[in-house]
Amino acid sequence: MKRWLALLTFFAALTAVWELLVREGVWPRVLVPAPSAVASYLISSTLDGTLPGAAAITLRRLVLGYAAGFILGLPLGLLVARLKYFESTLGLVALGFQALPSICWAPLALLWFGQTEAAMFFIVIMGSMWSIMLATNSGIRNTPPIYVRAARTMGSRGLHTWIQVILPAALPFIISGMKQGWAFAWRSLMAAEIYITIITGLGLGHLLHYGRELHAMDAVLGIMIVIILIGLLTDKLLFSPVERFIHRRWGTAE
Amino acid sequence: MKTPASDRSSTPAKLAVEGVSKTFHTSQGSVQALDNVNLHVRDGEFVCILGPSGCGKTTLLNIIAGLEMPDSGRVLADGTPVTDAGSDRMVMFQEPALFPWLNVIGNILFGLKLKPGLSEKERLETAEFYLHLVGLEKFMRVNIHELSGGMKQRVALARALAPNPVALLMDEPFGSLDALTREQLYGDLQAIWERRRQTIVFVTHNAREAACLGDRVVLFSPHPGRIRGRFEIDLPRPRDINSVELAGYSTTITRALKSHLKPGLVEVGE
Repeated sequence: MKRWLALLTFFAALTAVWELLVREGVWPRVLVPAPSAVASYLISSTLDGTLPGAAAITLRRLVLGYAAGFILGLPLGLLVARLKYFESTLGLVALGFQALPSICWAPLALLWFGQTEAAMFFIVIMGSMWSIMLATNSGIRNTPPIYVRAARTMGSRGLHTWIQVILPAALPFIISGMKQGWAFAWRSLMAAEIYITIITGLGLGHLLHYGRELHAMDAVLGIMIVIILIGLLTDKLLFSPVERFIHRRWGTAE
Repeated sequence: MKTPASDRSSTPAKLAVEGVSKTFHTSQGSVQALDNVNLHVRDGEFVCILGPSGCGKTTLLNIIAGLEMPDSGRVLADGTPVTDAGSDRMVMFQEPALFPWLNVIGNILFGLKLKPGLSEKERLETAEFYLHLVGLEKFMRVNIHELSGGMKQRVALARALAPNPVALLMDEPFGSLDALTREQLYGDLQAIWERRRQTIVFVTHNAREAACLGDRVVLFSPHPGRIRGRFEIDLPRPRDINSVELAGYSTTITRALKSHLKPGLVEVGE
C-alpha cells in the first residue's frame, strides 16, 4: 500500500510539473505536448477504437510470432546441445543471427511475403528464436552430469530423463533466453511497424508513424505510453512469476 | 590374508563382482583402474571399501551401479548380470545430487514414480516413511537450497532407500560434511541399517569410518586397483567412532593398507 502511494505521488508530481511547464510556455507546445493533451488523445482514440484495435493487431503479431519462435527455438536448442555436429554448425549460425537485429530481415521479408502478416511474423520469429535456441543449448550444457547419473540409477531413461531432469535443470537458462527473445522480438516488431506499411492491419507502430507525419506529438507520446505499458505488463504477468519461482526454488539471488 | 576364493560363503551373494578389470584411456596415456577384482557381498551385509584417492574404488562402485561397464569380468546382482543402472542398486554420491527444481518430498518421490505398480497414495506414504526414518519429516515441502549439508545427505539417503533397492551403494557420502554432523550420521546410518538390513557397499578413504560402519572392510590399493586384504570387524553395534577398540581396528587396517602403498602415495586418513 505504501509503495503504491509513493508511486502515485511521484507520478502525480511529475505530471503536474510537466503540465505547468507547458502551460507557462517554458516548453513549447509543438515540441512537447502537455500531459492533458496526451490524456485526451488516449481517451478519444480508445473510445473510437483506433488505439485498442492497433494494440490488438500488434499483440497478435507479437504473441503468435513469439510462440512460433519458441516452438522452433527450443527443439533446435535441444538438437544443438545433443549433437556436436550441429553445435559447431547450426550453433554458429544461431550466434550470428542473434547478433543481427531482426529488423534487418525486413527487406527480404517484404520480398518473400509481401506486405502481409507473414512478413511481420517472420521478423518476430527471427527476433526471438535464436535467443531461445542458444539459451536452451547453454542451459543443457550447464546441467551437472551428476543429475543425469542420479536419475539413471533411479531408472530414468531417454525421454523421461529429458523431460524430468534435463529440461527442468536448464529452466533458469531457458527463461532468461525467453526474456531476451521477447525483448528482441518486441523491439524489432515496433521498428518493422514504423518502417513498413502492412496492408493487412495497422499496429501501434503504424499509428506512431502517422502521428509523426501529421506532427501530432500528443498521439506519439500517447502511443509510446501504451507501448511501455505493454512491455511492463508482459514482464510483470508473464516472466516475473516464473522468475520468482526459480529464485525461491533454486535459492538464487532475487 | 584371505584369498578371493575363500570369500565365497555358503549363502548366495547378493552382489558378486567377478574378475572385473577396467582401463581408462586418456590423452595422458592409459590407467588401469581395476585389475581382476573379485568381491562377494552377502544379503544384508555392510561392506566398506577402503583405499586412497585414485585407487579405483569409485570406479568399482560405478560398475556395480551399472553406470560404467567393465572391460572384462561381470557383476551379478541377485544372480542377474548387471548391464545398466537401475533402481535395484541405488547410489549415494559424494555430493547430494538432489534436484534443485523439486522440493524435499519431490526429490524422494522421483525414484518412486519410476517404480511401476504403486498408487499415488502408496508413493507418498513410502516417501513420508523414509523422510521420517532420516528425521526430516518436518522438512517435507522445504526447498533443497534451504537445507544444510548434513540434511541434504539425509534427503539423498532417504531418496536412495525409498525404492527399496537390493543394494545401497555409497560413494564417500559424508566426505564433505563437518566432523560433528558426520558422527551423527554414522549413528543414524547404523540405526537405519539395523532396521532395514539393506545390503550396503560403502566406499571411503577413512579407515576409522570404514571400521565404524562395516561388517567387513575391503582394502584397495592403486596402480592397478586391486583388493589387498579383507578385515572382519567383530564389534557390537551401534559402534562409536571414538571408542578405543575401534581405534585398534583402524590402526591395524591403516598399517596393512600402508604396507601396500608406494611411499609418497599415502593419502589414507586414520
